Amino acid sequence: MPKTLKPETVDAIKTLAKRFPQPAGALLTSLRMAEREIGFVDAEVCGLVAECLGMPPAHVWGVFTFYTTFRKETDGKHVLWVCSTLPCALRGSERLYDYLSEKLGIKKDETTKDGLFTLKKAECIGACGTAPCMQVNDDYYENLTPEIIDQVIDDLRANQVPARHVTV
Amino acid sequence: MPFEPVLSRYFYVKDGHTLEHYMARGQYGGYSAAKKALTEFEPDKLTQYVKESNLRGRGGAGFSTGLKWTFLPKNGKPRYLAVNADESEPGTFKDRQLMAYDPHMLIEGIIIACWAVQSNSAFIFIRGEFAREAVRLQQAIDDCYAAGILGADVLKTGKNFKLDITIIRGAGAYICGEETGLLSAAEGKRAYPKIKPPFPAVEGYFRLPTVINNVETICNLPHLIGRGKEWYMGLGPATGPGPKLYCLSGHVKKPGVYEAPLGTSLRSLIYDYAGGPIGEIKGVIPGGSSMPIFTPDLLDTPMDFDTVRAKGSFLGSAGVIVMNTTTCMVNALLNLARFYHHESCGQCTPCREGLGWLEKLLHRLEFGHAKPDDLNLIKEVSGMVAKRTICLLADSLTMPVDSYMKAYFKEFEFHVREKKCMTGTEPGKFAPVEEPALAR
Repeated sequence: MPKTLKPETVDAIKTLAKRFPQPAGALLTSLRMAEREIGFVDAEVCGLVAECLGMPPAHVWGVFTFYTTFRKETDGKHVLWVCSTLPCALRGSERLYDYLSEKLGIKKDETTKDGLFTLKKAECIGACGTAPCMQVNDDYYENLTPEIIDQVIDDLRANQVPARHVTV
Repeated sequence: MPFEPVLSRYFYVKDGHTLEHYMARGQYGGYSAAKKALTEFEPDKLTQYVKESNLRGRGGAGFSTGLKWTFLPKNGKPRYLAVNADESEPGTFKDRQLMAYDPHMLIEGIIIACWAVQSNSAFIFIRGEFAREAVRLQQAIDDCYAAGILGADVLKTGKNFKLDITIIRGAGAYICGEETGLLSAAEGKRAYPKIKPPFPAVEGYFRLPTVINNVETICNLPHLIGRGKEWYMGLGPATGPGPKLYCLSGHVKKPGVYEAPLGTSLRSLIYDYAGGPIGEIKGVIPGGSSMPIFTPDLLDTPMDFDTVRAKGSFLGSAGVIVMNTTTCMVNALLNLARFYHHESCGQCTPCREGLGWLEKLLHRLEFGHAKPDDLNLIKEVSGMVAKRTICLLADSLTMPVDSYMKAYFKEFEFHVREKKCMTGTEPGKFAPVEEPALAR
């Protein structure tokens, strides 16, 4: 079945577009809104957003594929972004990544069979003072240890909001 | 008088991010500085005042903020203020704290900056990963509209100064932190940096005059205006004074963000603030991962824009990354090469291809497959990439490549000759840190 955006989302995008000198200024935010509603972004979703903003679908597709953090159709329910850049690496992020990879039985960019987790390596997520860190959906987990990882994974499996190790 | 933090004073304080808390902060809080700016300063005078204070941009380049504002042409076109909150330089994590714990300080700074440059629209471009921070910031903005702080008559001063603030979230691209890359992203494009000139002040966001300032720069404004430039200029060197958030990470006992006057020595930051190094220091990156490295003999360098530069590196974003003697410098450099190659926008060939070559060369060096002439090849490629691109991303790798190879040449040679790490660590791995990070 072809995807559609709810009329209120279409309205919200069109209203938002008026806040900018040109509708294109609303593109990144609109893609986020569509992502939230549909659950991920693909070529079809790019087309829907393009239509709302009066932009060429190919342009929107080009923009979407340039950025890394929009959810893809193949992503699991929870995307685990483990930071691997220098400040985290110095404090042992590779070992935690290996631990997580073994625990879940998946490699980079793979998704568990139950569709719950996708494992990704992130480049610096900007929490170097509390390294090593990872991002799961909208949340940061910092000063990571294998114990914290176990707890986060258990909580997510039990469909609970993990006891957060974030400062915000 | 000992230095009292102003930027980070309310970090980790319960409810410090709320409007209520901000309004109850006494003499220098509660939008009093913005009110002072609007009622006591004509816009041009305010710009002049900021210029005279020698406030320099905290995003990396250290350019005079007031001077930047004067570049806006007086052509009647609407002007924009873009706040760069795309903090992505490895080792930098100060803007995140500012937005999470003191969003109203940022909004107050935006009001002051917009009054000075007579802009009625500001947008904050925040990196996509900072989802919670974006929510906090949006809540703060909404509260300000409801309280009449933003909107048709800012702070109800009767001046009918209109100001709207919009948040634009990025979606995971380091290059959005480059000011023209940020504008491209905000214009709904791939974050390709643009050729300068025209500079953004003349033709920026949608070809309109635009000022781009870093979050921390903007957060300096309420304190500069509220307490006055005499107070401000008393902090650190006259050519670039003020309070500074230093980010300490890597092999230190208490990593974190610490506020100190500009010009505080690197040694003091590491030992007095961050609890000292874990192990013995081998090298310190003074200003975010793209900056040339300091060897331990440079630890007494005062950390201000001009001194760090005179010693061969840059203060950049003041992201201090400490590495101890267990660190294989080839591996550290390989990690950065992977980062910058991954984050290249792909627009300029020397960067898109050259950074990939550097990553491959460093990879085979680290893993013991280097050919005898590889060190010369690395130098050659680095030289072919540097300063041949639209933006500075390529140089952000070639600077570390050149400086690490110079400072730790023996280690690089050892890798070619012995096919292994001089530190005895496994190729591609860092030694484990046994000590957990202490709370700051």
